[in-house]
Amino acid sequence: MIWVDTVVQGILLGGLYALFAAGLSLVFGIMRVVNLAHGDLIVMAAYLILVLVTALNLSPLIALLLAAPLMFAVGWLLQQLVLNRTVGEDVLPPLLVTFGLSVVIQNALLEGFNADSRRIGAGSLEIASFSVGPITIGVMPALTFATAILVTLALQLIFYRTALGRAFRATSDDPDTASLMGIRPGNIFAVATGLGMVVATIAALYLGMRANFDPTIGPARLIYAFEAVIIGGMGSLWGTLIGGIVIGVAQTVGAAIDPEWQILSGHLAFLVILLVRPRGLFPAGGR
Amino acid sequence: MADAGTLLSLEGVTKRFGSLVVADAVTLDLPRGQALGIIGPNGAGKSTLLNLIAGNLMPDQGLIRLNGRDITGTSLTQRCRMGMGRAFQIPQTFSRLTVFETLLVAASQGRGISESEAAGDCVSILERTGLLDRANQVSGSLNLLQRKRLELARALATGPDLLLLDEIAGGLTEAECASLVGTIRSLHAGGTTIVWIEHVLHALNSVVERLIVLDFGRVIQDGAPDAVMASREVQEIYLGIEA
Repeated sequence: MIWVDTVVQGILLGGLYALFAAGLSLVFGIMRVVNLAHGDLIVMAAYLILVLVTALNLSPLIALLLAAPLMFAVGWLLQQLVLNRTVGEDVLPPLLVTFGLSVVIQNALLEGFNADSRRIGAGSLEIASFSVGPITIGVMPALTFATAILVTLALQLIFYRTALGRAFRATSDDPDTASLMGIRPGNIFAVATGLGMVVATIAALYLGMRANFDPTIGPARLIYAFEAVIIGGMGSLWGTLIGGIVIGVAQTVGAAIDPEWQILSGHLAFLVILLVRPRGLFPAGGR
Repeated sequence: MADAGTLLSLEGVTKRFGSLVVADAVTLDLPRGQALGIIGPNGAGKSTLLNLIAGNLMPDQGLIRLNGRDITGTSLTQRCRMGMGRAFQIPQTFSRLTVFETLLVAASQGRGISESEAAGDCVSILERTGLLDRANQVSGSLNLLQRKRLELARALATGPDLLLLDEIAGGLTEAECASLVGTIRSLHAGGTTIVWIEHVLHALNSVVERLIVLDFGRVIQDGAPDAVMASREVQEIYLGIEA
């Protein structure tokens, strides 16, 4: 039974990784650009929520509702003012620029908040749990997982059922031909990055409520997110959720064997899938 | 300056690639409702001229006007929204959009209207271009003729005053070509203004009422198709026939 419990906890942990990855997957799916500052932007959003919670004495959920549009604006402006200048045939400029952005964000957060680790208080929710048969499930991990499913479902609906989603797909397929249809690719990319930042803010809420964070943990979150996207198949939203779950389960199973293996097991699972299915489990194109 | 009935006008449009002049002071007025064919040997500058009109390229000199408005420095997107639609020789279909979705995006974004407002028009365009039974098929899975029809339909969905056709008959069988030409002819009969560059001359000449011939970026003939094709200069330069 302990293994069933381990796998269940891994699946729930995978929800957090899927949330880290969903914004990255969305942006990659539309622009074919990997944002190396994604993890740092999640951490930045966590600090924003923390500031709103402490300075205005808001509940984390209300703080999220305020932080999400602010982060949308951050993403939109970032894309319009900086990243749109780098998008093109050459994949190197966006990588270099977002790498630089990652360094800038980390240092700005260090300057503004120092290196102490912080946490967003969630009150009794932090330790609340319920039982399903012999398995005890934490309310926070269950909420995280449910949110990951809802976020994936919402993104999927936007992508395949709305006018914006059709514009996303057209621009993603061929920005030049999309321009001939009256679409401004730069605007579509900016909306996509803004939406990615809204998802990153949701991920930041759970990151901050579940564990301590400090200005330097962004790159590790990026690696988990990146692995989830690659395992799922670049650009596939449901695949990204599965990718997060694979990493989560691999980590909890690894930790059950030996606690020192937790992080390594996730990376090993990523490498194995990369070797067996280099394009991931559900490459983009399938719904 | 062109008169009020002129939809498109080019004034001294020039484009150079290094020392090579690919559009040499091209000047022409296109009346509303006219179908203009552009022919010329390979490398004459036909595609360049269409790219200059569409906004894929910017001229080094000269002015381009649409509906009397200077559009010389405007982007592809702006020209689309001002009433210019373009169909390519190699169909630019979207692998993740169905045929109907492609038209919905083109109609709503190109005209700045909602998808629900655009839906009726899209159905009508699907009928006119013979794609109604393919509406829910993913664009990437269409055959060549269907993809060319979709090119045409996509351009029409943006509600263009001016339709630019870029060797759209290329690569089709005779029967397919005749079918596509029938569609284009009916569009023109409905009042659509067309600029069409094409190597398949019989297809082109069965639709257009005016033909210009380009050679080394210069307009060397401009007139009714029969007169242009019969001219000695065209036969010598374009067809390689010693008159």
